[in-house]
Amino acid sequence: MPVAVQENQPSSSKVNGRTEEEEDLEIDYSEIEEKYAVSPLDGFDNVLVVDNVPVIDEGKKKKLYERLRSTIAKAGAPLSGEADAEGNFSDMVMPWDNEKGESKGYMFLTYPSAELATHALRCLDQVLFGKNRLYVNRFGEIERYASMNIEEGSTPKNWPADSQAVDKEHLRSWLADPQGRDQFVTFRDTAVEINWCGRNATAERAVEPNPKWAELFVSWSPLGTYFTTLHRPGVALWQGKSFSEPHRFTHPGVRLVDFSPCENYLVTFAPEPIVASPQDPDSPPDPRKFAPEDEGNHIAVWEVKTGLLLRTFPGEAPSPPPPAGVDPKDLPPPRKLAWPLLRWSPDDKYVARCLMGSQISVYEAPTMGLLDKKSIKIDGVLDFDWCPDAELSANGKENMLAFWTPEVENQPARVSLMAIPSRTTPRQKNLYNVADVKLHWQDQGTYLCCKVDRLNRSKKVNSSNLELFRVKEKDYPIEAVELKEVCSQFAWEPKGSRFAMVTTSEPNAILPPGQLPKNNVEFFHVDSKKGIFRLMRRLENKTTNSLSWSPKGRFIVLATIGLSIKHDLEFWDLDFTTDDKVHKNETDPGANMQLLATGEHYGMSEIAWDPSGRYVASTASSFRNSPEPGYTIWDFKGQDLSRNQLDKFKQFLWRPRPATVLGKDEQKKIRKNLREYSKRFDEEDAAEESNVSAELIAHRRRLIDEWNAWRAKRIKELAAERQKAGLEAIPAVTQDEERETVEEWIEETIDETEEVVMS
Amino acid sequence: MKPILLQGHERSLTQIVYNKEGDLLFTASKDHIINVWFSSNGERLGTYSGHNGSVWSLACDSQSKLLLSGAADNTMKLWDIKTGECLKTWEFPTAVKRVAWSDNDNLALCITEQRSGHQGAIRVYEISHDGDCKNQPDEPITEFSPIGSKATVAAFAPLGHEIITGHESGKVALFDAKTGEEIESNERAHSGAVTDLQLSPDGTYFVTSSKDKTARIHDTKNLAVIKTFTTETPLNSACITPLKPYVIVGGGQDARSVTTTSTRSGKFETRFWHRVFEEEVGRVRGHFGPINTIAVHPEGKAFASGGEDGYVRVHWFDDSYFRSRPYGDLEPAD
Repeated sequence: MPVAVQENQPSSSKVNGRTEEEEDLEIDYSEIEEKYAVSPLDGFDNVLVVDNVPVIDEGKKKKLYERLRSTIAKAGAPLSGEADAEGNFSDMVMPWDNEKGESKGYMFLTYPSAELATHALRCLDQVLFGKNRLYVNRFGEIERYASMNIEEGSTPKNWPADSQAVDKEHLRSWLADPQGRDQFVTFRDTAVEINWCGRNATAERAVEPNPKWAELFVSWSPLGTYFTTLHRPGVALWQGKSFSEPHRFTHPGVRLVDFSPCENYLVTFAPEPIVASPQDPDSPPDPRKFAPEDEGNHIAVWEVKTGLLLRTFPGEAPSPPPPAGVDPKDLPPPRKLAWPLLRWSPDDKYVARCLMGSQISVYEAPTMGLLDKKSIKIDGVLDFDWCPDAELSANGKENMLAFWTPEVENQPARVSLMAIPSRTTPRQKNLYNVADVKLHWQDQGTYLCCKVDRLNRSKKVNSSNLELFRVKEKDYPIEAVELKEVCSQFAWEPKGSRFAMVTTSEPNAILPPGQLPKNNVEFFHVDSKKGIFRLMRRLENKTTNSLSWSPKGRFIVLATIGLSIKHDLEFWDLDFTTDDKVHKNETDPGANMQLLATGEHYGMSEIAWDPSGRYVASTASSFRNSPEPGYTIWDFKGQDLSRNQLDKFKQFLWRPRPATVLGKDEQKKIRKNLREYSKRFDEEDAAEESNVSAELIAHRRRLIDEWNAWRAKRIKELAAERQKAGLEAIPAVTQDEERETVEEWIEETIDETEEVVMS
Repeated sequence: MKPILLQGHERSLTQIVYNKEGDLLFTASKDHIINVWFSSNGERLGTYSGHNGSVWSLACDSQSKLLLSGAADNTMKLWDIKTGECLKTWEFPTAVKRVAWSDNDNLALCITEQRSGHQGAIRVYEISHDGDCKNQPDEPITEFSPIGSKATVAAFAPLGHEIITGHESGKVALFDAKTGEEIESNERAHSGAVTDLQLSPDGTYFVTSSKDKTARIHDTKNLAVIKTFTTETPLNSACITPLKPYVIVGGGQDARSVTTTSTRSGKFETRFWHRVFEEEVGRVRGHFGPINTIAVHPEGKAFASGGEDGYVRVHWFDDSYFRSRPYGDLEPAD
């Protein structure tokens, strides 16, 4: 910078250096000044300014120089200068704050020619250096930008008019619906529609459908902000009230998508390996496209707001070779990790992936660098999951994940909790005779249930164990619940301490067609006196194979899905009361459980609660070859409100909602004044109802009028035509005058013989 | 509304028609036989035998004197309804899929199947009513083959100057009965084969059913689609009820896909739709196979359905049917 000022001196001194005499003569120098003015850019075409370089002290200088130079070289614009005796470079100058003994956080790069500098500018701008993104500008432009006369919020002159700041639509506008309705999306054949779910499940279009939405399938981001559509070339996110202006993420052949819990990152997966997108060799690499080093990978991680590609990962690792002396056929089929393969911590800080059998790799977002530069080696690890409690880091605690390892030789199987990033394991539990473990976190991270399938002596699975961790209590107490049967489904009550599960005594039985499975449904709760988990109620001889808790807890839908002959739904209330008070029955905790209603939805394949817990949708999707595609919306009491049998129906998805921003006290207050609110809502409902029926009647009246007008015209035309042809008009069919029935008996003598009977 | 079950066929029904007074019901079946029944009590009056193949189509004239039939034995026959005598047989190179009378009984049309080098053709005959009616012309006055998709169903427009056709592609067209010229067409009337076409009492509009699971009401004049009735099952037949503002539709899954549903019926119901509001108002169960053909009593007093199961079910409407006004005072003029 000082150099530039000196260079500019002559021109400025000329202006300032006018003598009084000259001024008196009123000679106009402006023309000459203009002609000989030296532009700040001249002569420095080959110098670049790099901002956002890490601030360091003297000790790290050498290392930083080395790393910077290698990063710059990697980006495609290497510097050719050699280091001098002190390790400084002539073509890379980093200004130093001598008082603080730190660098100032920017540097100058000098290239041999202006062309090379231009090329370097393209290559280096926006490049990631560790956690820092480098911002590169021409030396001359720094001056220009700095001297720009702009007020806060105003746009500089000479900007194209259309780059005016445009107010974007509010991303969460749907939450401000005065009636508090939820939205849902339906995908049928080649039409995707987003509707409001009104009272009694009446659908009202929320936005004009875009024909581009319907290609592969659609989904919502976890907080409902983005509507995601999958296309052959990649993923598009639609947002705001009108769902216009998509964000596009190019990943050809994409088949699966997943968002991080706070919607900051998007993960895409394609079964085909990534091919680098063709690039213009002259232009800098596009950070939104795949580069050659991404080739062969399957998974891509993107930043949602900027659309930048953060990192790509290979798909699933090949299964490890079988141990020596074991026939591969004797081994159980290789386990496969369920999607999502990349799992995010609830605060979006970390993302982890499991290399089955050897390690868990935790990456830091958004740099996607490996945490502490090394994976966590865990021999035999088969599955893991993050504690979903998003408050952990806000409360100054560490994120936590649970993982399990199977029995190897003389080592017992083990479930462990691990804190991230410290990698400490605050709690472990050894297990024996383990066939499989499933990890189920309660949605607030209060409890962790490890469902352990146990092997008996003949190496068959015939019972399950539950190991229940109390994660929020000191020393993580563990409680074991031994079952006599195998647990096939398990579900925690959201925001609660109860859980439901499906158990069966014949887990391996292959049922002949037409025969129903014999399952049991069990409910557990925390015994208020002893403080331990106790059986609350057992429902025997059920066909149920699916458990769906209301997102607000208390209500649960037990359903039979995927069987050819039974398709029932049962709506249960766990705290049934006739008044508004909750009755605790100490002796029989299951007494308050009440079956509210049963229903049937032929061929259903999915069940989904709306985020408010008011409605349940059961879907029969043609993706799952349901013979009668369509969807049904039920209320939480089990009343079917809207049945829609639609050919080629594919998807029904409720739009998720973010967590409430109201504090606990405010929520309590609302609950207390519920009666007053409901009075107002009832009035609104009544008004709406009369409104709707009036509208419907008007609509029907219009249809009738149109029909009558058209008929009158055609009847007149026909009468005229018939008259022309010399025919009478056709009498209209009327509900007639009494018709006379004439019955005519015809007696026909066919043959007549006379016989004399002798007596 | 207890149905009268007509058990006179050994194979599935193909078409059933009422005579103009509605006292007789003619039924055609794949068992080669045509039956005629008293519609009031289901008593069989007689049979018309002579065809040597599935009888695909029937048409009864307005005087209940002459019956036309078309069959898979490549013939169209003219019958004396009273005596059961076959008055005339026309032979063709391929099967006859549909026959129809014009409204003054002077013209008859037949559609022959497209097969083995023969184009599907529509022929129009002038029928003489002189004497014993045995002296009928051998040659048609018009013969033409629609270009493109073959015709599956047809009927005369009022006054008999034009022929309305429904095609395999879902197209509906209007042809000049004299020249065979296409006057009007609606290529996208349906997205699947048109399976039935029945006129309103005055012929100014008609209803078509289709494999695309919809039935539609069209304006005879310009073939514009006036109303659409969307169901979940391929439809085989549709008709318009006089007196009440409904259409009756019927169909069902193909026989081969039915077995995939065990406890459920294959949606073999006749369904009543309000023809102005396009809303379903009722269903009648009974058949245990797809419904192939539906006919309504010309005065709107009854309807009959013939199924793949070989049964014909005749339903006389109850008083409650005539009294019921599901939409209150909102009723169209006709």
